[in-house]
Amino acid sequence: MEVKDIIKEENLVFKKTGLLTDKILSYCPGCGHGVAHRIVMEVIEEMGIAEDTIGIAPVGCSVLAYEFMNIDMQQVPHGRAPATATGIKRCWPDKFVFTYQGDGDLAAIGTSETIHACNRGENITIIFINNGIYGMTGGQMAPTTLPGMKSSTTPYGRDVELMGNPIKMTELVAHLPGTYYISRQAVHTPLSVRRAKKAIQKAFETQKQNKGLSFVEIVSNCNSGWKMTPIQANKWMEENMFPFYPLGDIKVDGKIIDK
Amino acid sequence: MGETRLMKGNEAIAEAAIRAGCDAYFGYPITPQSEIIEYLASQEPHKRTGMVLLQAESELGAINMVYGAAGTGKKAMTSSSSPGISLMQEGLSYMAGSELPCLVVNIVRGGPGLGTIQPSQADYFQATKGGGHGDYKLIVLAPASVQEMSDFVPLAFDLAFKYRNPVMILSDGVIGQMMEKVELFDQMPRATEFDQTWVTTGKTADRERNIHSSLDLDPARFEKHNHHLQEKYKKIIENEVRFEKIQCDDADYVLVAYGSSSRICQKTQKLAREKGIKAGLLRPITLFPFPYEEIEKLANHVKGFLAVELSAGQMVEDVELAVGKKTRIEFYGRIGGMIPTPTEILTVLEEKYLGG
Ligand SMILES: Cc1ncc(C[n+]2csc(CCOP(=O)(O)OP(=O)(O)O)c2C)c(N)n1
Ligand code: SF4
Repeated sequence: MEVKDIIKEENLVFKKTGLLTDKILSYCPGCGHGVAHRIVMEVIEEMGIAEDTIGIAPVGCSVLAYEFMNIDMQQVPHGRAPATATGIKRCWPDKFVFTYQGDGDLAAIGTSETIHACNRGENITIIFINNGIYGMTGGQMAPTTLPGMKSSTTPYGRDVELMGNPIKMTELVAHLPGTYYISRQAVHTPLSVRRAKKAIQKAFETQKQNKGLSFVEIVSNCNSGWKMTPIQANKWMEENMFPFYPLGDIKVDGKIIDK
Repeated sequence: MGETRLMKGNEAIAEAAIRAGCDAYFGYPITPQSEIIEYLASQEPHKRTGMVLLQAESELGAINMVYGAAGTGKKAMTSSSSPGISLMQEGLSYMAGSELPCLVVNIVRGGPGLGTIQPSQADYFQATKGGGHGDYKLIVLAPASVQEMSDFVPLAFDLAFKYRNPVMILSDGVIGQMMEKVELFDQMPRATEFDQTWVTTGKTADRERNIHSSLDLDPARFEKHNHHLQEKYKKIIENEVRFEKIQCDDADYVLVAYGSSSRICQKTQKLAREKGIKAGLLRPITLFPFPYEEIEKLANHVKGFLAVELSAGQMVEDVELAVGKKTRIEFYGRIGGMIPTPTEILTVLEEKYLGG
């Protein structure tokens, strides 16, 4: 049997969604951005809403998300994605609008836009990739960098006396009445990918039902910024990031979940 | 024609926005232009025309909401005053770079810094020379009456969509706050069809997907894009220069002033004629594109120009560019929110050119 005999429709176990372009991803090998892109696009495909969806690419490693996500997209200034999404959604309330943002973008420079879009209850979906660092600019401290964690601007570890504590944006916005569904997920194992995809689906369903803002944080790795191999990075993430940023739903049906 | 009303300049802009079929206004309050959002709110434009009105969390929020709405082909606008417009510069640069249309109104106040809420024309450089980062231009309209505050709104939207470029109405607290008679144009319908070659309303099967981005990491391609923008600005210069001339043909001396200072200079020009001084007034209506050619033509026969501004001397640099060494140019400006009187300007004209 030759390879070409194996590549047949009936043997297919995986197919890339048509909502991802064939462009080679610009992400480092092992980075969570690529998987996160895929599951967002799969959800949009499975829900059959691609023709009515507009995505917002931030400033950060995912600035080129529009090269990979095969739908109408807008690239926006650093941190302003929720404002741009608001502008679109207010004009086109029947369309699906989502932002895809890193932690520097969403939780530092864009804190105001994030909180106010959440507070107004904009019917948009925010996908928040939290890798605890500024990936694109070379691994500087992010607002989400853990205490003691090294980055290029905290070479001896984040000193909370000097730099303050990391901010849990997801818990913060969960307290705003405008948010309806809030979840924190990961994409580093097959199980976590399945869970994350479910959460993203729920987020878009929330938008479909006009219930308010839906927000899915994905705790992800940045092996380049963390200066680790992909495997080391995932292990470090489990041991250090997850205890501080625990995974699971935070707010469901407009109610914060008691843990 | 439509109905006549007594209105503030700011109110006229707001009413004109609704009538021009504007789809969305996003803004943040700041004196001396808060009447724009207040008037809109009083009109409940979502009931009148379906227009979206949203008070943003900041000017950063506002301009990026405009950016989003504009990307979908909607007629979107914002308004602010100097410090708020400074905050919008990044967004305007993105919009110019990704070629999206919008209207931005700047009711200028005195600066630098928090400055004063009194009128000023000290944002001329910011408005006409780019303002934010990168090689780009806004189309800049300078109304000199409440009537023009109204009339320039549909004009601004037309230009914005014709060139797919942000357009700024540059006015100040004088025109924004003063009341005058204004003849309002009739309600225009809001657009229901959108040019699917560029809007991001969701990629349908019958077209390519659309992307709004000002980013290109390939310098050769990005240089091309920048050349394309420059070509567009050239076309704007060729086609869109607007100005008003009052008794310039036989003038020995020509006042050059725009917006509120041109209103004061109109009176100065009359007073001068009454005194037998052959004075004229050239009022640039578009500040970008600036009427260089017209001023250059006048320079062939006038003895001197007097540029009058509520600034330390900004537009006068463009007058100098136009005139070169052909004839004399003098400048008179009041700053910090002070406004000159017509006789004050006349005295300056006499002192500079007629030996007092
Ligand atoms: C106004 C502005 N400030 C700073 C930058 C530089 N910058 C680009 S990406 C970035 C950080 C992005 O980090 P994050 O949002 O965490 O995304 P990641 O790259 O980690 O995915 C910064 C500071 C910029 N492009 N614009
Ligand atoms: S720098 Fe970090 S976040 Fe960016 S692509 Fe590489 S691993 Fe991913």
